[in-house]
Amino acid sequence: MTSLLSPSPGDTSVLAGLYGPVEVKGSKELPDRAALEVLLRPKVGLPGVLERSREQLLRQTCEAVVLGGLHPRTAITLVLQVLSDAGSLLSCCLNAACMGLLDAGLPLTSLFCGVTCALDPDGAIVLDPTTRQERDARAVLTFAIDSAERKVLATTTKGSCSVEEMQQCLAAAQRAADTIFQFYRDSVRRRYSKS
Amino acid sequence: MKATPLSNCERRFLLRAIEERKRLDGRQCYDYRNVRVSFGADYGCCIVELGKTRVLAQVSCELVPPKPNRPTEGILFFNLELSPMAAPGFEPGRQSELLVRLNRLIERCLRNSKCIDTESLCVVAGEKVWQIRLDLHLLNHDGNIIDAASIAGIVALCHFRRPDVSVQGEEVTVYTPEERDPVPLSIHHMPICVSFAFFQQGTYLLVDPSEREECVMDGLLVIAMNKHQEICTIQSSGGVMLVKDQVLRCSKITAVKVAEITELIQKALENDQKVRKEGGKFGFAESIPNQKITAFKMESAAVDTNNVEEQAEEIITKADPPSEVFAKPILHTPGTAQIGEGIENSWGELEESEREEAAEEEAESEAAAFECQKMDTEDTSMMEETKKDEPIVLSDSEEEEVVVLEPQVLPRKTRAQTNLKQENTSKKTFNKRRKKKRAAP
Repeated sequence: MTSLLSPSPGDTSVLAGLYGPVEVKGSKELPDRAALEVLLRPKVGLPGVLERSREQLLRQTCEAVVLGGLHPRTAITLVLQVLSDAGSLLSCCLNAACMGLLDAGLPLTSLFCGVTCALDPDGAIVLDPTTRQERDARAVLTFAIDSAERKVLATTTKGSCSVEEMQQCLAAAQRAADTIFQFYRDSVRRRYSKS
Repeated sequence: MKATPLSNCERRFLLRAIEERKRLDGRQCYDYRNVRVSFGADYGCCIVELGKTRVLAQVSCELVPPKPNRPTEGILFFNLELSPMAAPGFEPGRQSELLVRLNRLIERCLRNSKCIDTESLCVVAGEKVWQIRLDLHLLNHDGNIIDAASIAGIVALCHFRRPDVSVQGEEVTVYTPEERDPVPLSIHHMPICVSFAFFQQGTYLLVDPSEREECVMDGLLVIAMNKHQEICTIQSSGGVMLVKDQVLRCSKITAVKVAEITELIQKALENDQKVRKEGGKFGFAESIPNQKITAFKMESAAVDTNNVEEQAEEIITKADPPSEVFAKPILHTPGTAQIGEGIENSWGELEESEREEAAEEEAESEAAAFECQKMDTEDTSMMEETKKDEPIVLSDSEEEEVVVLEPQVLPRKTRAQTNLKQENTSKKTFNKRRKKKRAAP
């Protein structure tokens, strides 16, 4: 079960592969719900601290939507391989994770998507920044937004910004989320269409 | 995750079919699966698909000091990883025998064959050389990992461009890709591995075994050869006794296959070169054909952000202002500070033993006298550090005589003394070392 996703311009691609719910080894077993594990593999080098922290963010976001209670004492493993990075990598990983969960047919309370905003030194909001825009930006914010009520599931920021700017970025991200969810809908419709 | 073992009837079925010269996917004994090479946006990035087996390769470079016994040669580093998404049996962080064997084969094939000119990677002899790093990730395992990996490796190395460098006396200038076009690596020849699987003690031979066939095979022969028909590496494993003319026959088959694959690689490299020069779109996203039902593309969409500022204003005015946090840190020593006091230990029974332990521990550390400040803070911090107020007295004043406590005696004493202790705690200020404890919300 794999899905290739590169919804952002440029060429940020992340390949997601999901196994589960399957039998789990003793120590990792949770008695009341499924044990979700996320593995993020960078393209070059061994996974380091940045990958580990991103894995935790993705894991907590996925755990919020996956109905783990329906599959107790099982394990769900989500593997994300970075194929290329041209900016907005974390939101691409979030999107790939959601598509992976969706394609595998796991029970979910809602979908989610990732949106990255960059605040450039003038204060303008740039959605889906490229690597160069991220580098020149004053602050880079990534939001995981759910599909049911456009609520925020996870946030991570780099750099400094004011409270108002963050709220503005969040509002812009919620708008962008509409586009992404439409993309999900269309691609799933195409996949399961007979014609 | 456990891999499902192969059932006996499946094994028998495969072996019977091989005896009748039939393969599960309809190939002939000497047929290769379709090889497909696609390139990524960066130089040195490619994905090779051999049937369903997929390998991602990425080459990167770095300037490093050379090895002391080889001051004029660059450094090559190869790393093959079996991604957990490749097969359910692959777990992260486990160095399986398969992984070690594959890594060793790749190293022998690419390093020992001297296909890359390491002398050309030298920048300043004895000080700076290029370290070329090849990372291979197995994305899907459907048999014959080594062939796919060797193709991916050599294609990525041929595709890679390193930054241009110029040396003027003592100064070394590394140009960015924008300043000067990056330079390809100097590659002498392209070794490619071809695998042969043997069944029934060498009676039957299959080229490019699939995953099922690999499970039932007796032995494996891998020959790495380049298009000039030079054998770069040969390895036989699995304990199958091979006769001389079997090995010769395999090497002849290898020569044919390698010629085909090399031609395919050259064509793919030329295509990619052409597309890049003409300024067309390249990258993985472009290489997926649009007509596939599982593929879906959307052009970049503009997002309407007109009312964003008003919406944000609304949210901010409606939201409660953040609670005021008075953080007055106490500075114990340069580099150690404390915020918050923490709340009372609610582990009643363990108070006694903790105190004794704390008293013993703190007697060894510095005992300094500080005032304990009470703070009006709603936001007590999560981390609580050592609080010291009075100089620590080792023996408790409640006990009249000095008793040498045995470790076993302690719990019994604890319960008896607990009530007495609790009455007196209000008089004494807290004197315990606490572990990390979350403040009650």
